[in-house]
Amino acid sequence: MGGGFATLLYKEVLRFWKVGAQTVAAPVLTALLYMLIFSHVLEDHIKVHDIPYTAFLVPGLVMMSMLQNAFANSSSSLIQARVMGSIVFILLPPISPREFFAAHVLASVIRGLVVGAGVLLATLWFVPLTFAEPLWILAFALTGAGIMGGLGMIAGMWADKFDQLAAFQNFLIMPLTFLSGVFYSIASLPTFWQQVSYWNPVFYMIDGFRYGFFGVSDSSPWLSFAVALGCLLIVSGITLNLLERGYKLRD
Amino acid sequence: MTAAIRIEQVSKRFGATQALDRVDLEIGQGEFFGLLGPNGAGKTTLISALAGLVKADSGRLAVMGCDVQNDYGAARRQLGVVPQELVFDPFFTVRETLQMQAGYFGIARGQARDAWIDEILDNLDLTSKANANMRTLSGGMKRRVLVAQALVHRPPVIVLDEPTAGVDVGLRQALWRFIRRLNEEGHTIVLTTHYLEEAESMCTRIAMLKAGRIVALDTTRNLLSRPAVRMLRVRTDACLPADLGAGPMQEDGWWIFRFENFSEIETRLARIRAAGCTIVDLEIGKPDLEDVFLKVMQEQEH
Repeated sequence: MGGGFATLLYKEVLRFWKVGAQTVAAPVLTALLYMLIFSHVLEDHIKVHDIPYTAFLVPGLVMMSMLQNAFANSSSSLIQARVMGSIVFILLPPISPREFFAAHVLASVIRGLVVGAGVLLATLWFVPLTFAEPLWILAFALTGAGIMGGLGMIAGMWADKFDQLAAFQNFLIMPLTFLSGVFYSIASLPTFWQQVSYWNPVFYMIDGFRYGFFGVSDSSPWLSFAVALGCLLIVSGITLNLLERGYKLRD
Repeated sequence: MTAAIRIEQVSKRFGATQALDRVDLEIGQGEFFGLLGPNGAGKTTLISALAGLVKADSGRLAVMGCDVQNDYGAARRQLGVVPQELVFDPFFTVRETLQMQAGYFGIARGQARDAWIDEILDNLDLTSKANANMRTLSGGMKRRVLVAQALVHRPPVIVLDEPTAGVDVGLRQALWRFIRRLNEEGHTIVLTTHYLEEAESMCTRIAMLKAGRIVALDTTRNLLSRPAVRMLRVRTDACLPADLGAGPMQEDGWWIFRFENFSEIETRLARIRAAGCTIVDLEIGKPDLEDVFLKVMQEQEH
């Protein structure tokens, strides 16, 4: 990778860091609010896998925040640059499709990790957590944020207007992340909805991530990781192909 | 010597619009070249194809001998483009913008890079704005930053798409002085402009585009000596004879005739004299690029 990649990565990180109140602090606060409300309502009533509800909830919220922010980073960067026209500054230099892809996805992963770490630190203050298998935590954090960074690139290239991007986010990303077992164990669902959940790839990311904390999960972490890795390969393949073809960037 | 820009049989269609229609064009190193044409003629599409922002449907484009598709890395390193739209990245300062643009081209941080950025800033009168956020700059300032961004990797070929649109007179002068200096230092300059007097005074060679085709390509001098519609203005002591020929107009006591050949003047003057009128004053309009441009564009209508 040449200097173009390093600079593009630096620029993408600087871009979200300069508006950190919006891109880091706000999602951390949102996750905290979720936790305060749900734990207040449910803590005394529910245990999942014999884990107190609030502790069960935290890894789900951390992962959900990571996924949503990784998606938001690459998608908003690309659509802003396209709508404003400043995308030419990164299309004119000799940056290869691979460098372009890697820089955007990596910046998304970094934003996801920063937000995730923020949520985790903020909630640790309220909830004692265990870290049963830290390597699984890291593996799912990286693959999950990578998948969403790639999906964000696809959405940011496909959408021509901000409301199209919002639709992608509201009708695809939000339902997939909300209905993935962030707030519950799918073992508690009716059989039909359990079956549906097994088709949601985000379920495996959340479930595997949570396994890293408690050492228990709905599904085997190896299966979850295989699904996550498969998704990462597919999304990366599609994104790279779109970039090689210049889809909507070099029409 | 390798051509600075070589364009062979390039076509591009956007839906129903044929934006470029088998364009052939070769621009030599060190030329100051003008690309003229009405809106929608294909100037920006041609520049975009050259810069790799648009993929041509067919044909080949090369910058300093490097194909813009197969050898895009080398081609883009040879080319600096000043886009037409006043675009900017609102997150960064002027200096950050330039440092990043240099980084995209793989130019490592260091003294050489900083010195060159300082020199560009100085030449474009941007030094005092180096640490200002892009958002806070006026339109003219943003335009100058766009020029600076195009120069940051020292490209031998510089393309400017309407560089002076919406720029005030003082800045326009300064910008042209700077661009002319770059040309004198050996850079190839290609520009599109709506201000034909600018093209006339700056460019040594000009191509005129219409509906995606090149309809005229010649040195500026040859274009100006083409038979164009000129104007003869005559003032007489009395009214004109009736049989003077078609189309004289009157304006503030002047009679105005349009002509293409000087022989037409002789017959008209002879008739005025034969009718016993005395010529008090006479002017012949020198054709400028605008007349040539309008004539070329009109000829294409038929």
